[in-house]
Amino acid sequence: MLEAVGITKSFGDFRANDDVSFSIFAGEIHALLGENGAGKSTFVKLIYGLLYPDSGRIYWQGKPLLLAGPQQARHLGIGMVFQHFSLFDSLSVAENIQLALPAGESMAALSDRIRDLSDAYGLAIDPDARVHDLSVGQQQRVEVMRCLLQNPSLLIMDEPTSVLTPQETAQLFDVLRRFAANGMAVLFISHKLDEIRALTSRATVLRRGRNVGTVDTEGKSNRQLAELMIGSAVTSVTRRPKSAASQKPAAPRVVCHVAGLVRPKPTPFSIALDAISFTANAGEILAIAGVAGNGQDELMAALTGEWVSPDSGVIMLDGRDISQHGPATRRQAGAGFVPEERNGHAAVPQMTLSDNALLTNHSLGQTVRKGVVDSAATKAIAARIIANFDVRVPSDDPMASSLSGGNLQKFVVGREIIKTPKLLIVSQPTWGVDVGAAVFIRKAMLDLAAKGSAVIMISQDLEEVFAIAHKIAVLHNGALSAVMPAADVTAEQIGLLMGGSTSPARASA
Amino acid sequence: MISMTPRKDIPMQLTLLTPVVSVVLTLLVGAVIFALLGYNPWESLYQFFVAPLSRLDQVADLFVKACPLIITATGLVFCYRANIWNIGAEGQIVMGAVCAGGVALFLPGLPSVIMMPAMVLAAMLGGIALAFIPGILKVRFNTNEILVSLMLTYVAALFIDWLVRGPWRDPQSFGFPLTKSYGDAALVHRIDVPGIGPLGQLHWGVVAALLLAVAAHYVLAKTLFGFQVKVMGDAPRAGKFSGFSPALTTLAVLSVSGAAAGVAGMIEVSANMGQLQPEVSFGYGFTAIIVAFLARLNPLGVIAAGLVIALAELGGDSAQMALGMPKVVTGVFKGILLFMLLAGETFNRFHVRVNWPRYGASARPSNGR
Repeated sequence: MLEAVGITKSFGDFRANDDVSFSIFAGEIHALLGENGAGKSTFVKLIYGLLYPDSGRIYWQGKPLLLAGPQQARHLGIGMVFQHFSLFDSLSVAENIQLALPAGESMAALSDRIRDLSDAYGLAIDPDARVHDLSVGQQQRVEVMRCLLQNPSLLIMDEPTSVLTPQETAQLFDVLRRFAANGMAVLFISHKLDEIRALTSRATVLRRGRNVGTVDTEGKSNRQLAELMIGSAVTSVTRRPKSAASQKPAAPRVVCHVAGLVRPKPTPFSIALDAISFTANAGEILAIAGVAGNGQDELMAALTGEWVSPDSGVIMLDGRDISQHGPATRRQAGAGFVPEERNGHAAVPQMTLSDNALLTNHSLGQTVRKGVVDSAATKAIAARIIANFDVRVPSDDPMASSLSGGNLQKFVVGREIIKTPKLLIVSQPTWGVDVGAAVFIRKAMLDLAAKGSAVIMISQDLEEVFAIAHKIAVLHNGALSAVMPAADVTAEQIGLLMGGSTSPARASA
Repeated sequence: MISMTPRKDIPMQLTLLTPVVSVVLTLLVGAVIFALLGYNPWESLYQFFVAPLSRLDQVADLFVKACPLIITATGLVFCYRANIWNIGAEGQIVMGAVCAGGVALFLPGLPSVIMMPAMVLAAMLGGIALAFIPGILKVRFNTNEILVSLMLTYVAALFIDWLVRGPWRDPQSFGFPLTKSYGDAALVHRIDVPGIGPLGQLHWGVVAALLLAVAAHYVLAKTLFGFQVKVMGDAPRAGKFSGFSPALTTLAVLSVSGAAAGVAGMIEVSANMGQLQPEVSFGYGFTAIIVAFLARLNPLGVIAAGLVIALAELGGDSAQMALGMPKVVTGVFKGILLFMLLAGETFNRFHVRVNWPRYGASARPSNGR
């Protein structure tokens, strides 16, 4: 259906796509697999007409394809669902879809068409519903519907499952399989290996902009795919040390205690925190699972001290009330934080790594004397992080922006772990990070816990949660479930809680 | 389609070469324009660039002209680095002059060791007071500091106008809107260069301006406060995460720039006028914005940028006087100079290239999505 031959695209000196050839057939679900920065997004943007290739040709149904823009791509039957939705919250589903279509169709006729298609594919979309009432999974299906109404022959989905619960993911896969059965081609971009094996028949693997092989996914193990992706043998996926259960101390030492943390909505579009309570114990990783957008950002800000609660006594660290303190004082009390967003939150891209080391160290002595920064000290800290956490750097003290996502993440995680904090709070520690770095980061967190620190990990990656967490709680719509030992719960139970089920899947913590 | 990609590593040679290229291009374009208007291009360029530098005392006057620009722009650098858009330095200059003038006029008996520091302090407080208004409003009500600080400029201008025409007017000024002259202790004195004597208008304020710029460079490059300012400007979320308060940073940088502008106003009056008059700043507060950006928000660069702008001003004066060139033409030439310098800066920082779409001969412009 679509064939690309020798596609090359450079940005400045950087070759995002280098001689990539690729083909997809009607009725096929084809995975585009690769680490962050491997060139997946660039490649689909070339197909969708958002970018022009520097060289190479694309054939669409046998004919050379010359795209002037995405409109033309849509016209030819190429649809794309982006990772980030573009829906108007206050409009209905049908109104949102009408905006994307050529004018001239009545709302009633459109609603009927939506209902028909929705029934045919099991999308379960009500055209009259308001978008702000829909869950994230439903909103994504609206985006899919919007593509469908343009009768695409090829549907491109960019990391569609990153915002979905396991149940919603399964539903989406059912829908995609039906598309394929009807002769449509689906190009599915992901770096989640389980999903790719479950859904797709073939996968094209990109590594550093090059196609390193198109393989049948059937009969391939996760490890084989991962090796293709990163180009070297993968060390075994980090597992929770079995010993943790056996040598459980009589009474675990509480490091951090949060009791009745309430936060009103800071903006109309955020989530209020509803009496959040939990304890984090020394030597354990407590995972706070949940679908993104259920209060993770608000909770993280309350824990770091970027938002300070008006109530006292809600956040205790080692018996000390830190509720009223800002981030710098909380760090002095022995906490370390790694926010989700690397660029502009955990790190300043246009500053050097030594300045970025100063970012979370300036209140801890050693780096600042009488208001003057000791640049030798900050450089030494940065060098230590680089050495101990295998941060690959282009020069001695480079700008943070010159590091790849995985390397910068290793730096910002390492920056906190190297201080051996009593309490480490990380949000989405391996989000958008390559497999090698993810393994490294998870291992570093486990090592820190083994040294007797408490780790709180906010993560939407269930695979990760079950791989390394000792205890799990689920955040849904600003409320936190009971804390459950990871060994006592299944992914299905957690998935139900993530989807908002109140069924008591609780076990004593 | 023109694409601009930020350069990762800017080679030092390029950074040094771009201003030179910019100036050369200015000379070429300027020469063409002068020739088209019927002026001798050589003579015109001579008046602009060489005449103001032909004698040592003229060079000294260049520094005098640059003095308020350097002081004010140095303060503004802190604001703009922190991404706070203080546009009201002009008003802060005026308030600094007024407050220092108040000390000079109403406490004339102070001994000179106390008088100068007291006037500097009063000038700083005056500038800070005016700069604090947009600061407080921004922090408390999230107002736009650009608008508030800009509008306060007019308040300050009217305030000094009222003072010198009304309550502070010297009764013996024959009706002119002027205050009494300052006492000797309240004046910034000319520098008596050893072996040469006074050089043009060169006064101690110029020395203060240069020291201030150097000190500001140190603060910005080496101290935690400088780090805080840069982080809050580059990535406010990271700054907050680091533990810095956005509100305090906003107020701090506005205070620094308000204080600097106030001192600039005080020096301008005490060195050149010796009394308050309705106009004490001739757009220095606005020109300083250009100086700050021309300097790439670097306090040491501010010295050079302040001198360049001062040269353009003095050169314009000299061309008007020597060749009878209309003021608008000198304005145009100054504009070309600025344009070239800023354009050079853009080429320095970005890799600019024009891509002719090779696909689809009649490629329509793609509009986003």
